[in-house]
Amino acid sequence: MPEMDRSTAEGFIAALPHARALGLRVEAIGQGRATLSMGWDARLVGDPRTGVIHGGAVSALMDTCGGTAVYSLPEAEGTATIDLRIDYMRPATPGQRITATADCYHITRAVVFVRAVATDEDSSRPVATATGAFTIDRKGEP
Amino acid sequence: MTGRNPPGPGRVPPEPVQAVKQRRDAVLAALVGGVPYIRFLGIVFDRRGDELTAVLPYSDHLLGNPDLPALHGGVTAAFLEVTAIIELSWALLWDEMESGRLDAARLDPENLPRLPKTIDFSVDYLRSGLPRDAYARARITRTGRRYASVRAEAWQDNRRRPFAQASGHFLMPSREGDGGTTA
Repeated sequence: MPEMDRSTAEGFIAALPHARALGLRVEAIGQGRATLSMGWDARLVGDPRTGVIHGGAVSALMDTCGGTAVYSLPEAEGTATIDLRIDYMRPATPGQRITATADCYHITRAVVFVRAVATDEDSSRPVATATGAFTIDRKGEP
Repeated sequence: MTGRNPPGPGRVPPEPVQAVKQRRDAVLAALVGGVPYIRFLGIVFDRRGDELTAVLPYSDHLLGNPDLPALHGGVTAAFLEVTAIIELSWALLWDEMESGRLDAARLDPENLPRLPKTIDFSVDYLRSGLPRDAYARARITRTGRRYASVRAEAWQDNRRRPFAQASGHFLMPSREGDGGTTA
């Protein structure tokens, strides 16, 4: 089965109203791997004194990134998050774009285990990491 | 029978209920209104005494999958995280607020006390979020000088059928002369 291409991933993201509201952008897509980014936006700030983006917006980026990674699997037709845990390592630098990459590191018949890392423009120090379990609806199955 | 002796001279009369409500509502409004992301999601807080209920009024931009349709999982996570942080911040400010040491009239986003920071947050999705209003409450299960543990639960039409639950750990703001901690 062909690998998911970027325009399919962009279509997937564009179909999610909340991903549009966050201004999410597809940076890279492969089988079971997705990189999405979210630009700094004054509406997403959690601490008005520093301009740091709210952890909830980072969670939304991580969740979307994990779901997109699952959806990029050739056999996937749909997915939903079962659980997601986020560790916040440091505040993202205000004004900088946050980029998250999610990997499907283990795939079973019904569940995909995903890991994700988010950084700002300093890609050597993670802003947050996430681990989650996602459902997978397989093509041709009810 | 709950009768007491009539108040003697020098006894302080109870604070008028309107003053108490105004002070609490002003502090809560400053806490919530100062955060742009809370406004972006449209979350408001309903207060009964010290009990807070977060309300997320439905809006189209909160949807993940528009075909089902279902709330975006990230929105649900963010809603629970906002509920947990506000609950914890509210509890932190309560004593200062009630004693009058915290001047509600001077509270604005630039003059709020420092708030807790999320260390980690874990969300279980129990069922899909419907395109309706959602509600959430948080409960502080453990609080100390430096760390706190908080649980939160969100529901829609039926209080007994939550659609998501979460638990998280938070770093408490460092106090003056505390040596300081940073996350």
